[in-house]
Amino acid sequence: MSLKTERDAAAVREQIRPRRRRKFTARTAGSRLALYLLAVFAFFFFAGPLLWMLSSALKSQPEVLARPPVLVPETFHWDNFVQVFEQVAFGRWMINSAFVATTVTLVSLLFHSMAAYSLARLDYPGRNLIFIAILSTLMIPFTVILIPLFIVVDFIGWVDTYWGLIVPMIPHAFGIFLLRQFYLGLPRELEEAAIVDGASLVKVYTRIVLPLSRPIMAALGIFFFLANWNRFLWPLIITHDRDLYVVQVGMQQFSGERGTQYQLIMAASTIAVLPILVLFFVLQRRLIEGIKLTGLKG
Amino acid sequence: MATTAVESERPLRWWGTRRGQHRLVGYGFLIPDGVLLLIFVALPIIGAFYISFHDWSGIGTREWVGTQNYETLIRDSRFLDSLRITIIYTATFVPLLFAASLALAMLVNSGIKATGLWRTAFFAPFMVSLVVASVIWGFMLQNPAGVVNAIIGLFGIDPQPWLGSTRLALISVILVGLWQGIGYSMIIFLAGLQDIPRVYYEAARIDGAGAWRQFRNVTFPLLRRTSVFVLIISFISALQMFDEVFVLTQGGPAGATTTAVFYIYETAFRFLQLGYASALAIALFAIILIFSLIQLKVFSGEPED
Repeated sequence: MSLKTERDAAAVREQIRPRRRRKFTARTAGSRLALYLLAVFAFFFFAGPLLWMLSSALKSQPEVLARPPVLVPETFHWDNFVQVFEQVAFGRWMINSAFVATTVTLVSLLFHSMAAYSLARLDYPGRNLIFIAILSTLMIPFTVILIPLFIVVDFIGWVDTYWGLIVPMIPHAFGIFLLRQFYLGLPRELEEAAIVDGASLVKVYTRIVLPLSRPIMAALGIFFFLANWNRFLWPLIITHDRDLYVVQVGMQQFSGERGTQYQLIMAASTIAVLPILVLFFVLQRRLIEGIKLTGLKG
Repeated sequence: MATTAVESERPLRWWGTRRGQHRLVGYGFLIPDGVLLLIFVALPIIGAFYISFHDWSGIGTREWVGTQNYETLIRDSRFLDSLRITIIYTATFVPLLFAASLALAMLVNSGIKATGLWRTAFFAPFMVSLVVASVIWGFMLQNPAGVVNAIIGLFGIDPQPWLGSTRLALISVILVGLWQGIGYSMIIFLAGLQDIPRVYYEAARIDGAGAWRQFRNVTFPLLRRTSVFVLIISFISALQMFDEVFVLTQGGPAGATTTAVFYIYETAFRFLQLGYASALAIALFAIILIFSLIQLKVFSGEPED
């Protein structure tokens, strides 16, 4: 569409006269074919590596780097997946990742929504100033605070602990900002009615605001989980104990050590990706909603 | 507006009044996130400046060195090289990401069949972490037996040392970043495209506008806010690129993929020069800030949508 030539454009213009009812793009057969070719090409670029990972994960050692490449393994070596768990503490790393990502997500959602409710609805001196101060931390790239953050966490004694993996990853100005925007958009009447009925503010929050925020919490929750499951630099710095590796860090070490056993590395990659892909297929709509929400309203 | 803590004219049962309640719950609800933000964001921000004026290895004593770290960094050729590489990376990555994700969003939105299949396929790599993405591509880019070399072999091109040559390594790293990142921007563009009212296109068609004119005069202007968002987000993340380099090349070969953040990481956690690394981080922050301000200036200079 964007790459239409003048000629195509002229053809399209010709066809406009007798007004067409259907979609206006991809008019001529030629441009339609071009669209599908582009789609198929893009499909191979984006999905290809994932399919290749899956196929390689099931190959034998000689097949994995065979020339010419083997598309589908002769026999499926499911035992590669077992070996990943036997050779390194992959199961443990997966559990660490799941635990850290889930905890950060749940705690963040609760804390951010409390702060957001306070900033959106309650009335006290300094509220705007506090909000601006929180927003201004968004400008600071993570890289800048990485070193002092490490020093702070080291000072507290949280290097090589779950605390160190979890707690510093909770504060997140963007999450507060998005939830505040959402609360500002909620109709006030419900809350006011509850207050007239004698409900306290805390009750208004737990009984009205929290239930109403379920859709945005779900969207944000998926997003937080994804971001924390995939996080690499912080866990890399804060953990040296192999038992505390998250899957991204373990994965990296593992692939460094098994440089030649690519079928195992690909099996490990598949395992690392699998929970997220399952989550994605189950919650695709919600996730895309979440991206639209977090992306556009930013 | 006063910024001091809770105060009230009526000392008796002030917490029972509406005002008291708002203050009590208002400040109370801010405490959990507020404390965390203070300790793990605000304190490190101040700390970064403080440390950057010291010579410190993380253990032992800190030595105040004034602005010496900053004086060193403007003459540090490795740092300047890493900035150059970061800028080359960003200047390639951002436009490619922008164009490709917009094109794919329009493709998915064009009314072709099996929309869900295409959208899912283009978006799937975003689910994969940059670490895993790099591991997968590192495997595919093997020389000479990797599958990418097998594919280019079909077109009669000799196997290339994708990660081993100074010329190709940065290109490979960009490729991995694009593969992983395009899906996210595509979804944002898709949301923007779906928000454009159909009547605009109908009006444009009645006026005789072709596909290109429709794109130029309807789609693109109405995607302004979305475009600015995608540009700024991808810009900021590109300037901080790290994961791909760490996994794929460790900054090599011969420093050809040592980006600014990778250099900061090395300085801090390999060479244990925490003070100098902090100064580098702050210099990088200043650069990011200047670029962001320029971007905002450029975009707010044009008419609003």
